Amino acid sequence: MTHTAVVVGGNRTPFVKAGTKYASASAQDLLTAAIDGLVARFGLAGAKIDEVAAGAVLKHSRDFNLTRESVLGSALSPHTPAVDLAQACATGLEAVIYTSNKIRLGQARSAIAGGTDSASDAPIVVTEGLRKAILRASRARSLGDRLKALASIRPSDLMPVPPAVIEPRTGLSMGESQALTTTRWEVSREDQDQLSYDSHQNLARAWDSGFFDDLVTAYRGVSRDSILRADTTLEKLASLRTVFGRGDDATMTAGNSTALTDGAAVVLLAEESLARERNWPVLAKVVDSQIAAADYVTGAEDLLLAPTRAIPELLERGGLTLDDFELFEFHEAFASTVLATLKALEQNGVGAVDRAKVNVDGSSLAAGHPFAATGGRIVASLAKRLAERGSGAKGLISICAAGGQGAVMILEAL
Amino acid sequence: MSVLETLFNSPLGQLVAKQAGLKPPPKLRRGRVLPTGPVVLAELPGADGAARAALGLLDVETADPIADVAENRIADDRGRQVPRPYTTPPGAVVVDATGVRTIAELEGLRQVLRPAVRSLERSGRVIIVATDASAVEGLEAHAVAQGIDGINRTVAKELRAGSTSNLLFLRGDTGADDLVSTMSFLLEGRSAFVSGQTWRVGPAKALHALDDRPFEGRVVVVTGAARGIGTAIAEVFARDGASVVAIDVPAGGDSLAQVANRIGGSALQLDITAADAGERIAAHVARVHGADARIWAIVHNAGITRDKMLANLDEKLWGQVLEVNLAAEIRINDYLLGDVVPGGFGDEARIVGIASTSGVAGNKGQTNYAASKAGVMGYTWELSRQLADRPITAGAVAPGFIETEMTGAIPFVQREIFRRTNSLGQGGRPVDVAETLAYLCSPASGGVDGQVIRVCGQNLVGA
Repeated sequence: MTHTAVVVGGNRTPFVKAGTKYASASAQDLLTAAIDGLVARFGLAGAKIDEVAAGAVLKHSRDFNLTRESVLGSALSPHTPAVDLAQACATGLEAVIYTSNKIRLGQARSAIAGGTDSASDAPIVVTEGLRKAILRASRARSLGDRLKALASIRPSDLMPVPPAVIEPRTGLSMGESQALTTTRWEVSREDQDQLSYDSHQNLARAWDSGFFDDLVTAYRGVSRDSILRADTTLEKLASLRTVFGRGDDATMTAGNSTALTDGAAVVLLAEESLARERNWPVLAKVVDSQIAAADYVTGAEDLLLAPTRAIPELLERGGLTLDDFELFEFHEAFASTVLATLKALEQNGVGAVDRAKVNVDGSSLAAGHPFAATGGRIVASLAKRLAERGSGAKGLISICAAGGQGAVMILEAL
Repeated sequence: MSVLETLFNSPLGQLVAKQAGLKPPPKLRRGRVLPTGPVVLAELPGADGAARAALGLLDVETADPIADVAENRIADDRGRQVPRPYTTPPGAVVVDATGVRTIAELEGLRQVLRPAVRSLERSGRVIIVATDASAVEGLEAHAVAQGIDGINRTVAKELRAGSTSNLLFLRGDTGADDLVSTMSFLLEGRSAFVSGQTWRVGPAKALHALDDRPFEGRVVVVTGAARGIGTAIAEVFARDGASVVAIDVPAGGDSLAQVANRIGGSALQLDITAADAGERIAAHVARVHGADARIWAIVHNAGITRDKMLANLDEKLWGQVLEVNLAAEIRINDYLLGDVVPGGFGDEARIVGIASTSGVAGNKGQTNYAASKAGVMGYTWELSRQLADRPITAGAVAPGFIETEMTGAIPFVQREIFRRTNSLGQGGRPVDVAETLAYLCSPASGGVDGQVIRVCGQNLVGA
């Protein structure tokens, strides 16, 4: 008996710039709201879902059971089990892969997958010096030892350590790493700004047409993505100063890089027969997926171009080429990430991607990028678009992630 | 809260208000709760017995009335001849006046009502059942039918302590089965804020027995459900068993989702003015409840106000209100009344809308709103007429002053005047509107068709 995992629908909060309207919402609050919106849309209050998988990139230690806690706070049946997953920015897509695989194996018939992140409510930790001193003091058997441990604390140890998206092995921030890629692949400022402009235009058009009416539920008085600038122009984008890279090579600005964002997104998945029994929309099936990792530490490869390794593997396994896809979703960590990915695919002989098919409803530059929520946002939107195009329409999703990893997935309308 | 309002609500303010005659209003009996005292049934000569039979169907035991005739009178402490009081305050007095055709026979109403008006328990009920003008012959009988309406409206104004009076006109061939849901509604606390009203009950096109959970297994669509009266409507239908589809604009999505999840319903984010709103409602019903599911009832509650004196009212504010409050409702119904589609209307659908006392009587600064709400009434009457050969019913309620966030924004003094200028001396609650809508939509209310019922505590405006 083969099982088919299909995307039935999705829900997310509007995404907002960190430190604004959701500043006091935790990642758990956001995930709970996203789940509750989905539950309401499908009338699932009190229902048991076979499994909920989600995660967050910025996690407090109290969030060890983030997804289960969110489920318990939601309108779902308390008998709904949950799991936390983590794969940096690929977390959301990895959650879809995990749950769809369970559905395909017959271990689940319904699932919710997604992710959440609050850059506003990010954990702030103490320094290693302070942490070790406190641990030593708690192990100490005598007052003297205890005092000695505490005396080792230096004033500098008392500074809190704010979160930063830094690669531990290179010491470079995400933007700094991408600046190297931008230079290496000779991605121009104009191309980046154009991609960013298109992203805002496309997302604005999708909002205006009501595309998100059944994909987004308002939260805390916000009913639209707040980073979206429908009125931005190429001139405005061109006028922004660069923030990553050095000298003439610096082309990356706040306009063509994603902003720190708060939000959550989830997707409802089901075994095809259950979806048909329930008369749920069978938007698209999960065809296949692939993860790859790049050797970025040595500098031989780029931090965020691992999808260029995953895509050919996935295509080969399915006997497909890039021409077989009607739509592409390349996560816009930075405009230059997408552009470098496309260049690399072409240069590596995988094929050329028609830019008109890429991110037709905008992506992370315009919507924002609450790290773990991005996968759920993309899967739900793409599945809906593919369903509109009709049976057989295929879409490819590509998401880059910290640690030099990349996750890709193929969806196909049934 | 204004300084004046804070002062008014302080202990001192309340004391002064009491001295000035502004007593706290009576607490109304609400919900599916019958009166505690006996239900007195007064059958005037020629009564057709439908009221007695309907009370029988409700398992309500009836007591005999005291008629205000010479042998029933006693002297009060000042020596005046007054009717003998009831030993136990009646919970309700039901007067079956279906046989009354002459002016002389109206005396029968006076005889049974006089002893009752001062002895009813708190939140008691006067229910008068008479024959509709369409089913009587002769000039005097028509005059008398309307005369009974005058009696009802006046009794409602004279009753105290939260008691209400309402009149039912029975069309020809109305039986107890047709009347029972209305009788139950009027006796119970569900009709708390309905007083001084008259409406018609006729033979139902399809009969259903009365049930405490009448919407069990039935899908009910409520627009504007994210807050205020709409939320109360969704909650009451859910209490009565309905699978509620809660609709509101996407901007209200989070509270809509909360409402839907709390009552085990589902949420549809939809601007009802969208051209394809009807299709999207049907599609949602089919998606959540399966392709065979049908809508039992739709409550067109969504509405907006854009108040301006006519001198300041432009075409935009004019159009918005008419579009949301009236045009959208007509478009959605047109679609759902058309071809049978998955998730569309069932054979016996109930279509109800919300009119307003502003529509009945007009209201300063609300030409657009009054046009839309009076329009809902005109639409409801004609819709019901056009659907005469289908067992679908159409109806509406016209709320008066209801305590909501919207009315809470009215300046304090004005608000206090609005809320007190009705026979019950208080504002209604959203649940009062909801209960009346649920009564109209009840499977057992098939005989209540084309009626607009005011839920206004007999507001002085337009009464």
